[in-house]
Amino acid sequence: MAAADDLQFEEFGDAATSLAANPDTTTVSIEDPGETPKHQPGTPRSSGREEDDELLGNDDSDKTELLAGQKKSSPFWTFEYYQTFFDVDTYQVFDRIKGSLLPIPGKNFVRLYIRSNPDLYGPFWICATLVFAIAISGNLSNFLIHLGEKTYHYVPEFRKVSIAATIIYAYAWLVPLALWGFLMWRNSKVMNIVSYSFLEILCVYGYSLFIYIPTAILWIIPQKAVRWILVMIALGISGSVLAMTFWPAVREDNRRIALATIVTIVLLHMLLSVGCLAYFFDAPEMDHLQTTTATPNQTVIAAKSS
Amino acid sequence: MAEAAESPGDRETASPRPLMRDLKAVGKKFMHVLYPRKSNTLLRDWDLWGPLILCVTLALMLQRSSLDSEKDGGPQFAEVFVIVWFGAVTITLNSKLLGGNISFFQSLCVLGYCILPLTVAMVVCRLVLLAEPGPINFIVRLFVVAVMFVWSIVASTAFLADSQPPNRKALAVYPVFLFYFVISWMILTFTPQ
Repeated sequence: MAAADDLQFEEFGDAATSLAANPDTTTVSIEDPGETPKHQPGTPRSSGREEDDELLGNDDSDKTELLAGQKKSSPFWTFEYYQTFFDVDTYQVFDRIKGSLLPIPGKNFVRLYIRSNPDLYGPFWICATLVFAIAISGNLSNFLIHLGEKTYHYVPEFRKVSIAATIIYAYAWLVPLALWGFLMWRNSKVMNIVSYSFLEILCVYGYSLFIYIPTAILWIIPQKAVRWILVMIALGISGSVLAMTFWPAVREDNRRIALATIVTIVLLHMLLSVGCLAYFFDAPEMDHLQTTTATPNQTVIAAKSS
Repeated sequence: MAEAAESPGDRETASPRPLMRDLKAVGKKFMHVLYPRKSNTLLRDWDLWGPLILCVTLALMLQRSSLDSEKDGGPQFAEVFVIVWFGAVTITLNSKLLGGNISFFQSLCVLGYCILPLTVAMVVCRLVLLAEPGPINFIVRLFVVAVMFVWSIVASTAFLADSQPPNRKALAVYPVFLFYFVISWMILTFTPQ
């Protein structure tokens, strides 16, 4: 240890660079668990390729990963591996749901609520609930709309459950996959500060679908205006959660690509909600009501004129 | 489980006693479901005969007739079967992944046996549907199904709740609620042709 170094303030920002300066010192990183696994591979690359080959540097990065509490150490064929995806408590799930309902500008959903503990419980059961909410509400709404008609015979429309399940689960798993692939590809071209793992993207998408559960239930109301207002509100809330989550991941990129990505995300979300509304919920027949009120007047006029 | 591991010789001599013993065990568990209190009987001596009988009965009563249109009617026999067993397996996996210390088959056993109140509701609904259709008919069925739904949930949580870690009980119980809700919906919306 050089004497001058003892008296100077040193930037203890990065284990690899401080080790490169003083190979004999030991470094301990007590950083945010969510930040450490992402920053470690990123910054040594930018500081200089020769430091990566130092055995000491690699050892310490392993130590810091252990200190940060890396959980995914079991091989993927054991049950424990999958238990790490369900390592959430009740209050954590409620917090995440609350976060998806109240998008605060500037606060990132992933950073605030997920913080390197992505879970699969929320996305899976929110999608399951949504599937049944849409199917049951659609069935109930159709029943109420056609209630007075003589020719209508109620059918449970059970087929629609499997169709709803296919649509919702495909959206909730394939769109995050595509988005993750796209972000990985852009990340290889442009160095982004923020990058998300596949599970975190999956988590955000799953929790952002929660708003559609009460929306689907309220879609039972057979008024077109009410339904479209609900679509706008739900899209506004979940779309903004998604946009605010992914904007930091693409803003380093070319302006047009960044905007196109955000617009595509919101557009796909809108397509899902409008598509479900159109397919599962019959249009409330305003003309039907008008003809029943018109005919009594016509019979009255006919009776008066005769 | 001691009863289940019998030598093949007993069955081949066509002795009626093992069958009666099994039936009595099933009947005893039915009683435990109808009057739920915290006990280990369902968990300790689990069997899957009861759930199978209940599931087949429910699916037989819920299936739509072959004259019904493919697109819009109620579920087929196979669909009910798949929903019940696939739903039970999913809930069991979910509770094990959350860290519950219940075995796979014990959980299937509890979930299957707690369908008993809803099967009773199905029988009652079919009888009520023989009467004249109308709003009163519907209200009666709604009331019966709602009561049996609550009974199923109370029965299954009485058996399952203790096996979950305390800060995740709600996470493990919610899928059970969803499962019985979907079955109740299928029973309530059953319309004969």
